[in-house]
Amino acid sequence: MGPEILRDLTFDIPRKSFQFLTGPSGAGKTTLLKLLFLSLQPTRGLIRMFDRNISVIPREEFPMLRRRVGIVFQDFRLLDHLTTYENVALPLRVRGKDESTYRSDVLELLGWVGLGERINVLPPVLSGGEKQRAAIARALIDRPEILLADEPTGNVDPPMARRLLNLFMELNRLGTAVVIATHDLSLMDQVEARRMILSQGRLDIYE
Amino acid sequence: MSEAPSNKRPAPAPPDQARKAAMRVRPTAPIVPSTNVSGNALMLVIAIMSFLACLTLGAVSMVRATAESWQSQISREITVQIKPDDKLDMDKALADARDLALTFDGTTAGNIVDKEATARLLEPWLGEGLDLDELPVPRLVIITIDEQNPPDFAAMRKALTEAIPQAYLDDHRTWVDRLVAMAHTTALIGTGVLVLVFSAMVLTVIFATRGTLSGNRHIVEVLHFVGAEASFVASEFQKHFLKISLKGAGAGGLLAATCFAAASFWQSRALATPQSDQATALFGTFAIGWMGYLGIAAIMIVIALLTTLTARYTVMRTIYEIDLIRSDPARTDTHQN
Repeated sequence: MGPEILRDLTFDIPRKSFQFLTGPSGAGKTTLLKLLFLSLQPTRGLIRMFDRNISVIPREEFPMLRRRVGIVFQDFRLLDHLTTYENVALPLRVRGKDESTYRSDVLELLGWVGLGERINVLPPVLSGGEKQRAAIARALIDRPEILLADEPTGNVDPPMARRLLNLFMELNRLGTAVVIATHDLSLMDQVEARRMILSQGRLDIYE
Repeated sequence: MSEAPSNKRPAPAPPDQARKAAMRVRPTAPIVPSTNVSGNALMLVIAIMSFLACLTLGAVSMVRATAESWQSQISREITVQIKPDDKLDMDKALADARDLALTFDGTTAGNIVDKEATARLLEPWLGEGLDLDELPVPRLVIITIDEQNPPDFAAMRKALTEAIPQAYLDDHRTWVDRLVAMAHTTALIGTGVLVLVFSAMVLTVIFATRGTLSGNRHIVEVLHFVGAEASFVASEFQKHFLKISLKGAGAGGLLAATCFAAASFWQSRALATPQSDQATALFGTFAIGWMGYLGIAAIMIVIALLTTLTARYTVMRTIYEIDLIRSDPARTDTHQN
């Protein structure tokens, strides 16, 4: 068994809340996000998600739970053989929706994140910032109940970071709880929001 | 967000802009890329293996058919041999022997090998222009028997010897027994080869499919993480691998069928030529019959099913492993920043 990354954390993510998760590199931000996304299980302790204990949820129900959670991976995880448009539309496609029902929504969102002119471009051709925006758009497209974003502004310039932050805040105003893992202090200073600071396996929360 | 009206989205793009962009969207690509290097390699492997399996199946069925035909041809007849004797009226003895043999149940026809035919039989050793009256050459009566209901050879032998002491009944049993043994051995070896080739084909197809899938693990992961159900992911990969395997197995099977059809065509065109006669004597006819072609079709279906099921199993297992990372604390340390 590896070293214990997180211990004795107690916190909740209220509905419609907005918070930053911060801390030094290696503090366990990504691990915590993965725990919240059901892609890791804690070695001990209890995580309740949507009022259910995730340790006892059958595997078959994970997809349905994941559909209520949007995640922006630090490494984007875009599929290289699909265009920006197809990558963003992927969550809707796997839910069995017909393309005609979501095409305008996807194009509108791509326009908002500044990728309106890059819809037919494959990820290998996109810049780091464009990939990040495509990954964010993919996480947002099905309007999740909670959005987990791992360093979502790490590869974009300050104006685009501000624009993406506005997008997250707008999404939050529409009812989505948002958790942004970042160590970008300037980004956090732009918004009065709850701060969850991870350090040496402990979590301090500043409301 | 899919069903959300656009007025709920922050600062939506003007509708005409969206429409203009919508016109430029390319036709939606399949979730699993339709062609890539490993997919093409898998198709080639499947084509080669199905070709080899079909060839083996055809060859084995041909050998079995030939062995059976040897056996059946030789066991369809018995021979009565009458040795010459001064006191014996050979023509009468031949006729008597034929008539006596035909009185037994299970005989269907009797044919006396006349002097000309006997001379032709001996021609390779004694040369042309042979006068049989001058030589003490035994004469033959060929009796055709019902293979399914053969006569009682012992009783026939006894009756013939009593009526014509110079007569000797050869029921070809020694030859038939040897041929039966050889046919069985040939069929057994053929079946063994077939089993080996099939096993190699099954294992190659399974490992090649798994190898190709391992290159697509990231697709499985992404689909899983964006909320796809395992059955959806599996069906996407199944469709993809079914196409690959049908193309590969189809190409290999059709090539093998074409080979047999071409060989059969050549043999029918070259009928009665020395080359064809020698090939026929050695290998029998190259035709594999409708059962052979049915076998080739069955191999193609088996390969398609095998590939598809392997793809499904491997995808389900991959998803299971992804979820296992979640419950295996020893592996969590590979996934943190």
